[in-house]
Amino acid sequence: MKNKLILYSMILIFLVIFAVFYKSLKDTNIYTPKAKINNDIPIFSADLLLLRENLTSTEIFKMNEFYLLNIWASWCAPCRDEHPILMSLSKNNKLNIIGMNYKDNKKNAKSFLDELGNPYEKIIVDKNGTNSIEWGAFGVPETFIIYNNKVIKKYIGPLNQELLVEIQKITK
Amino acid sequence: MKIFKAFIIIFFLLFFNNLYANENSQRNEITKNLRCLICQGQSVYDSDSDFANSMKILVDKKLDQGLSEKEIYIYFKEKYGDWILYDPGLNKNTYLLWLLPILIFVFGGAIIFKRSIFKNN
Repeated sequence: MKNKLILYSMILIFLVIFAVFYKSLKDTNIYTPKAKINNDIPIFSADLLLLRENLTSTEIFKMNEFYLLNIWASWCAPCRDEHPILMSLSKNNKLNIIGMNYKDNKKNAKSFLDELGNPYEKIIVDKNGTNSIEWGAFGVPETFIIYNNKVIKKYIGPLNQELLVEIQKITK
Repeated sequence: MKIFKAFIIIFFLLFFNNLYANENSQRNEITKNLRCLICQGQSVYDSDSDFANSMKILVDKKLDQGLSEKEIYIYFKEKYGDWILYDPGLNKNTYLLWLLPILIFVFGGAIIFKRSIFKNN
């Protein structure tokens, strides 16, 4: 009786361990934070890249309008890939595109825009990367859709044709 | 002269022993408990990536604003989730992690207790 109990419990323990390991085998061990939506946007003030101005978040984001905040840098290759998508989104006049220039050199950023075009209405500068952390971002590129001072959508990584359609649908 | 030299040595020992090489100990304490999301497996304190450096600046900024250590953890947890902390709090995802050692301890204790009673009998 006792031996059987030990045998069964051994089998049970083995099965549990097997299940846990088998499941973990397929899990990716690189964590990306869950895209938290319906969060209030952070309050900040930042310098503009092209103009000599300092704007606060309330001056940039107004109520009842759609905003797209795109974090980019001239040194980031995926940003180059997604740039045509932003250019076509900039034709949508219901959407205000705000750029956040992440840890970049001013001269390089400007030549990036001269080369590929400027889809942004305003570009704020995030020289030391703290502002993008306030937004909950951890790399470039990242894109946020904002409505009524709330983040309604967040995309980590470059935008593509599918997301372009999705964003157009949201802002309709 | 000897007395004078000894005096100088004692003077230096006494008055400069409170100079720390490490001025931002609280910041280091906090960043050691924050996980770097770019270089996973390293803490923000250990890492020198762009993201980690920005995090350090932000922690400094928050400390200057008068936030406590706990408030800073809550702040980062809200932005990035529990994963950012090396020492996660008790919630529905981590209760097993927290309670398992206690359970094992109690079970083990019970077994030892039972055996010792058997032995005595």
